[in-house]
Amino acid sequence: MVKAVETGGTHNDNATGTRATRVIGVLALVGVPLVLLLGLVTSPEDVEMGDSVRIMYVHVPSAWLAYLAFGVTAVCSALYLWPRTRSLTLDRFAGASAEIGVLFTGLALATGMLWGRPTWGVFWTWDARLTSTALLFLLFLGYLAIRRLPALPEQRAKRAAIAGLIAFIDVPIVHLSVEWWRSLHQDATVARRDLDAQLDGAMLFTLFLSLTVFTLIYVWLLLHRQRQLWLEDHAGALSLDQAIAARHAEASPAVPPPAEVLQP
Amino acid sequence: MNYAEYVIPAYIVVFGSVAAFTAVLVARGRRLGRGVPDEDKPWT
Repeated sequence: MVKAVETGGTHNDNATGTRATRVIGVLALVGVPLVLLLGLVTSPEDVEMGDSVRIMYVHVPSAWLAYLAFGVTAVCSALYLWPRTRSLTLDRFAGASAEIGVLFTGLALATGMLWGRPTWGVFWTWDARLTSTALLFLLFLGYLAIRRLPALPEQRAKRAAIAGLIAFIDVPIVHLSVEWWRSLHQDATVARRDLDAQLDGAMLFTLFLSLTVFTLIYVWLLLHRQRQLWLEDHAGALSLDQAIAARHAEASPAVPPPAEVLQP
Repeated sequence: MNYAEYVIPAYIVVFGSVAAFTAVLVARGRRLGRGVPDEDKPWT
Protein backbone atom coordinates (compact mmCIF):
# COMPACT_ATOMS: atom_id res chain seq x y z
CA MET A 1 0.00 0.00 0.00
CA VAL A 2 1.40 3.37 -0.99
CA LYS A 3 0.53 6.41 1.05
CA ALA A 4 1.71 10.01 1.35
CA VAL A 5 3.18 11.13 4.66
CA GLU A 6 3.84 14.53 6.16
CA THR A 7 7.61 14.38 5.58
CA GLY A 8 7.09 14.70 1.82
CA GLY A 9 7.32 12.16 -1.02
CA THR A 10 5.65 8.78 -1.18
CA HIS A 11 6.37 6.00 1.28
CA ASN A 12 5.68 2.35 0.64
CA ASP A 13 4.78 -0.04 3.47
CA ASN A 14 6.91 -2.67 1.75
CA ALA A 15 10.02 -0.54 2.23
CA THR A 16 12.66 -2.85 0.74
CA GLY A 17 10.51 -4.82 -1.70
CA THR A 18 10.28 -4.66 -5.48
CA ARG A 19 8.39 -6.63 -8.11
CA ALA A 20 11.36 -9.03 -8.44
CA THR A 21 11.54 -9.76 -4.70
CA ARG A 22 7.78 -10.29 -4.61
CA VAL A 23 8.02 -12.89 -7.39
CA ILE A 24 10.93 -14.63 -5.63
CA GLY A 25 9.02 -14.52 -2.33
CA VAL A 26 5.88 -16.05 -3.84
CA LEU A 27 7.91 -18.84 -5.49
CA ALA A 28 9.62 -19.59 -2.17
CA LEU A 29 6.29 -19.56 -0.31
CA VAL A 30 4.83 -22.03 -2.82
CA GLY A 31 7.95 -24.19 -2.57
CA VAL A 32 8.07 -24.53 1.23
CA PRO A 33 4.85 -26.63 1.55
CA LEU A 34 6.08 -28.82 -1.32
CA VAL A 35 9.39 -29.42 0.50
CA LEU A 36 7.46 -30.28 3.67
CA LEU A 37 5.15 -32.65 1.78
CA LEU A 38 7.88 -34.42 -0.15
CA GLY A 39 10.44 -34.33 2.66
CA LEU A 40 8.18 -35.52 5.47
CA VAL A 41 5.60 -37.67 3.67
CA THR A 42 6.15 -38.93 0.14
CA SER A 43 9.94 -39.47 -0.15
CA PRO A 44 11.06 -43.00 0.76
CA GLU A 45 12.87 -43.89 3.96
CA ASP A 46 16.47 -45.05 3.81
CA VAL A 47 17.31 -48.76 4.11
CA GLU A 48 19.92 -48.13 6.83
CA MET A 49 18.96 -44.77 8.40
CA GLY A 50 15.17 -45.16 8.27
CA ASP A 51 13.15 -41.94 8.44
CA SER A 52 16.06 -39.99 9.95
CA VAL A 53 17.21 -39.50 6.32
CA ARG A 54 14.41 -36.92 6.01
CA ILE A 55 16.63 -34.52 7.97
CA MET A 56 18.86 -34.48 4.86
CA TYR A 57 16.29 -32.30 3.03
CA VAL A 58 16.88 -29.42 5.46
CA HIS A 59 20.46 -30.19 6.56
CA VAL A 60 22.12 -30.32 3.12
CA PRO A 61 20.40 -27.14 1.79
CA SER A 62 21.40 -25.30 5.00
CA ALA A 63 25.03 -26.32 4.49
CA TRP A 64 24.82 -25.42 0.76
CA LEU A 65 23.48 -21.97 1.60
CA ALA A 66 26.29 -21.45 4.11
CA TYR A 67 28.82 -22.16 1.33
CA LEU A 68 26.93 -19.97 -1.15
CA ALA A 69 26.46 -17.08 1.28
CA PHE A 70 30.09 -17.03 2.39
CA GLY A 71 31.17 -17.40 -1.24
CA VAL A 72 29.16 -14.27 -2.13
CA THR A 73 30.72 -12.48 0.86
CA ALA A 74 34.22 -13.45 -0.33
CA VAL A 75 33.59 -12.37 -3.96
CA CYS A 76 32.05 -9.03 -2.88
CA SER A 77 34.93 -8.48 -0.42
CA ALA A 78 37.55 -9.14 -3.11
CA LEU A 79 35.75 -6.80 -5.53
CA TYR A 80 35.56 -4.13 -2.83
CA LEU A 81 39.30 -4.34 -2.19
CA TRP A 82 40.03 -3.96 -5.92
CA PRO A 83 40.13 -0.16 -6.49
CA ARG A 84 38.34 -0.29 -9.87
CA THR A 85 35.24 -1.97 -8.47
CA ARG A 86 35.24 -0.43 -4.98
CA SER A 87 31.69 0.38 -3.93
CA LEU A 88 29.79 0.42 -0.63
CA THR A 89 27.03 -1.55 -2.38
CA LEU A 90 29.45 -4.49 -2.58
CA ASP A 91 30.24 -4.05 1.11
CA ARG A 92 26.53 -4.15 1.95
CA PHE A 93 26.03 -7.29 -0.15
CA ALA A 94 29.00 -8.89 1.65
CA GLY A 95 27.61 -8.02 5.09
CA ALA A 96 24.06 -9.10 4.26
CA SER A 97 25.25 -12.40 2.80
CA ALA A 98 27.46 -13.13 5.83
CA GLU A 99 24.52 -12.63 8.21
CA ILE A 100 22.43 -15.11 6.24
CA GLY A 101 25.41 -17.46 6.05
CA VAL A 102 25.80 -17.42 9.84
CA LEU A 103 22.09 -18.20 10.22
CA PHE A 104 22.31 -21.20 7.87
CA THR A 105 25.63 -22.44 9.30
CA GLY A 106 23.94 -22.48 12.71
CA LEU A 107 21.01 -24.39 11.18
CA ALA A 108 23.37 -26.86 9.46
CA LEU A 109 25.07 -27.49 12.83
CA ALA A 110 21.74 -27.88 14.67
CA THR A 111 20.19 -30.22 12.09
CA GLY A 112 23.48 -32.14 11.84
CA MET A 113 23.38 -32.74 15.59
CA LEU A 114 19.75 -33.92 15.35
CA TRP A 115 20.75 -36.29 12.53
CA GLY A 116 23.93 -37.41 14.29
CA ARG A 117 22.17 -38.68 17.41
CA PRO A 118 20.17 -41.49 15.68
CA THR A 119 22.95 -42.20 13.15
CA TRP A 120 26.14 -42.08 15.25
CA GLY A 121 24.65 -42.32 18.75
CA VAL A 122 25.90 -38.86 19.79
CA PHE A 123 24.79 -35.27 19.16
CA TRP A 124 28.34 -34.00 18.86
CA THR A 125 31.82 -35.34 18.30
CA TRP A 126 35.07 -33.48 17.58
CA ASP A 127 35.12 -34.80 14.04
CA ALA A 128 36.98 -32.83 11.31
CA ARG A 129 33.80 -31.83 9.41
CA LEU A 130 31.89 -30.82 12.54
CA THR A 131 34.80 -28.98 14.12
CA SER A 132 35.70 -27.05 10.95
CA THR A 133 32.02 -26.09 10.50
CA ALA A 134 31.82 -24.84 14.09
CA LEU A 135 35.00 -22.84 13.43
CA LEU A 136 33.40 -21.38 10.28
CA PHE A 137 30.41 -20.28 12.36
CA LEU A 138 32.71 -18.56 14.87
CA LEU A 139 34.89 -16.95 12.18
CA PHE A 140 31.90 -15.30 10.52
CA LEU A 141 30.47 -14.25 13.89
CA GLY A 142 33.81 -12.45 14.32
CA TYR A 143 33.37 -10.94 10.85
CA LEU A 144 29.95 -9.59 11.87
CA ALA A 145 31.46 -8.22 15.10
CA ILE A 146 34.12 -6.38 13.05
CA ARG A 147 31.35 -4.83 10.94
CA ARG A 148 29.79 -3.41 14.12
CA LEU A 149 32.96 -1.65 15.31
CA PRO A 150 32.48 2.12 15.15
CA ALA A 151 34.21 3.50 12.03
CA LEU A 152 33.60 5.47 8.87
CA PRO A 153 31.76 3.38 6.24
CA GLU A 154 34.89 3.07 4.05
CA GLN A 155 37.07 2.01 7.01
CA ARG A 156 34.46 -0.52 8.12
CA ALA A 157 34.15 -1.89 4.59
CA LYS A 158 37.92 -2.32 4.16
CA ARG A 159 38.39 -4.07 7.52
CA ALA A 160 35.39 -6.30 6.90
CA ALA A 161 36.52 -7.21 3.38
CA ILE A 162 39.92 -8.38 4.65
CA ALA A 163 38.28 -10.33 7.51
CA GLY A 164 35.74 -11.88 5.12
CA LEU A 165 38.44 -13.15 2.79
CA ILE A 166 40.44 -14.62 5.69
CA ALA A 167 37.33 -16.32 7.15
CA PHE A 168 36.40 -17.77 3.75
CA ILE A 169 39.61 -19.87 3.75
CA ASP A 170 37.75 -22.26 6.08
CA VAL A 171 35.01 -23.04 3.50
CA PRO A 172 37.12 -25.34 1.27
CA ILE A 173 38.59 -26.87 4.43
CA VAL A 174 35.06 -27.73 5.62
CA HIS A 175 34.14 -29.23 2.25
CA LEU A 176 37.31 -31.29 1.83
CA SER A 177 37.66 -32.26 5.50
CA VAL A 178 35.93 -35.61 4.88
CA GLU A 179 38.61 -36.45 2.29
CA TRP A 180 41.62 -35.03 4.14
CA TRP A 181 40.95 -36.63 7.54
CA ARG A 182 39.31 -39.85 8.73
CA SER A 183 35.81 -38.65 9.47
CA LEU A 184 32.65 -39.98 11.05
CA HIS A 185 30.73 -37.74 8.64
CA GLN A 186 29.89 -39.45 5.35
CA ASP A 187 31.58 -38.47 2.08
CA ALA A 188 29.85 -36.21 -0.45
CA THR A 189 26.70 -37.92 -1.78
CA VAL A 190 25.65 -35.45 -4.49
CA ALA A 191 28.55 -33.00 -5.11
CA ARG A 192 30.93 -35.78 -6.14
CA ARG A 193 33.90 -35.54 -8.48
CA ASP A 194 32.48 -38.35 -10.68
CA LEU A 195 29.08 -36.51 -10.84
CA ASP A 196 27.35 -39.79 -9.93
CA ALA A 197 24.91 -38.91 -7.13
CA GLN A 198 24.53 -41.82 -4.72
CA LEU A 199 20.82 -41.28 -4.08
CA ASP A 200 17.50 -42.86 -5.03
CA GLY A 201 15.61 -40.88 -7.73
CA ALA A 202 12.76 -39.71 -5.44
CA MET A 203 15.26 -38.67 -2.76
CA LEU A 204 17.37 -36.81 -5.31
CA PHE A 205 14.31 -34.96 -6.68
CA THR A 206 13.23 -33.94 -3.16
CA LEU A 207 16.74 -32.80 -2.32
CA PHE A 208 17.04 -30.68 -5.49
CA LEU A 209 13.61 -29.16 -4.90
CA SER A 210 14.67 -28.27 -1.37
CA LEU A 211 17.99 -26.83 -2.61
CA THR A 212 16.08 -24.67 -5.12
CA VAL A 213 13.58 -23.39 -2.54
CA PHE A 214 16.33 -22.62 -0.01
CA THR A 215 18.29 -20.75 -2.70
CA LEU A 216 15.20 -18.65 -3.51
CA ILE A 217 14.83 -17.87 0.21
CA TYR A 218 18.51 -16.85 0.30
CA VAL A 219 18.17 -14.49 -2.69
CA TRP A 220 15.04 -12.91 -1.17
CA LEU A 221 16.72 -12.42 2.21
CA LEU A 222 19.91 -11.09 0.60
CA LEU A 223 18.13 -8.43 -1.47
CA HIS A 224 16.00 -7.25 1.43
CA ARG A 225 18.86 -7.22 3.94
CA GLN A 226 21.19 -5.38 1.54
CA ARG A 227 18.54 -2.69 1.01
CA GLN A 228 17.97 -2.49 4.75
CA LEU A 229 21.69 -1.89 5.27
CA TRP A 230 21.46 0.95 2.72
CA LEU A 231 18.59 2.44 4.78
CA GLU A 232 20.70 2.10 7.97
CA ASP A 233 23.68 3.85 6.32
CA HIS A 234 21.35 6.55 4.96
CA ALA A 235 19.81 7.11 8.41
CA GLY A 236 23.31 7.24 9.95
CA ALA A 237 24.48 9.83 7.41
CA LEU A 238 21.35 11.95 7.99
CA SER A 239 21.78 11.94 11.77
CA LEU A 240 25.47 12.84 11.34
CA ASP A 241 24.51 15.78 9.08
CA GLN A 242 21.95 16.92 11.66
CA ALA A 243 24.50 16.67 14.50
CA ILE A 244 27.06 18.71 12.49
CA ALA A 245 24.42 21.36 11.68
CA ALA A 246 23.48 21.57 15.38
CA ARG A 247 27.13 22.06 16.38
CA HIS A 248 27.51 24.80 13.76
CA ALA A 249 24.40 26.51 15.12
CA GLU A 250 25.81 26.34 18.67
CA ALA A 251 29.20 27.73 17.57
CA SER A 252 27.72 30.70 15.63
CA PRO A 253 24.43 31.74 17.26
CA ALA A 254 22.10 33.64 14.95
CA VAL A 255 21.11 36.16 17.66
CA PRO A 256 24.04 38.48 18.67
CA PRO A 257 24.68 38.97 22.39
CA PRO A 258 23.34 42.19 24.04
CA ALA A 259 25.46 45.37 23.48
CA GLU A 260 26.38 45.75 27.18
CA VAL A 261 28.00 42.34 27.19
CA LEU A 262 30.31 43.38 24.33
CA GLN A 263 31.42 46.64 26.07
CA PRO A 264 34.57 46.45 28.21
CA MET B 1 7.51 -42.40 11.16
CA ASN B 2 10.50 -43.64 13.12
CA TYR B 3 12.96 -41.10 14.59
CA ALA B 4 10.17 -38.50 14.57
CA GLU B 5 11.66 -37.04 17.78
CA TYR B 6 14.66 -35.91 15.69
CA VAL B 7 13.06 -35.29 12.28
CA ILE B 8 10.20 -33.01 13.39
CA PRO B 9 12.41 -30.75 15.59
CA ALA B 10 14.89 -30.41 12.71
CA TYR B 11 12.17 -29.03 10.42
CA ILE B 12 10.75 -26.81 13.18
CA VAL B 13 14.19 -25.36 13.96
CA VAL B 14 14.96 -24.61 10.30
CA PHE B 15 11.64 -23.18 9.14
CA GLY B 16 10.98 -21.49 12.51
CA SER B 17 14.37 -19.75 12.47
CA VAL B 18 14.00 -18.61 8.86
CA ALA B 19 10.45 -17.34 9.58
CA ALA B 20 11.66 -15.44 12.68
CA PHE B 21 14.62 -13.92 10.78
CA THR B 22 12.29 -12.89 7.95
CA ALA B 23 9.76 -11.32 10.34
CA VAL B 24 12.47 -9.24 12.05
CA LEU B 25 13.90 -8.25 8.66
CA VAL B 26 10.54 -7.09 7.28
CA ALA B 27 9.59 -5.18 10.47
CA ARG B 28 12.97 -3.42 10.66
CA GLY B 29 12.92 -2.63 6.94
CA ARG B 30 9.48 -1.03 7.24
CA ARG B 31 10.55 1.03 10.25
CA LEU B 32 13.71 2.29 8.51
CA GLY B 33 11.87 2.80 5.21
CA ARG B 34 9.42 5.27 6.75
CA GLY B 35 12.20 7.83 7.11
CA VAL B 36 13.17 7.78 3.43
CA PRO B 37 10.90 8.80 0.51
CA ASP B 38 10.55 6.15 -2.19
CA GLU B 39 12.14 8.50 -4.75
CA ASP B 40 15.42 8.41 -2.79
CA LYS B 41 15.66 4.61 -2.62
CA PRO B 42 17.96 3.28 -5.38
CA TRP B 43 15.82 0.14 -5.91
CA THR B 44 12.49 1.90 -6.54
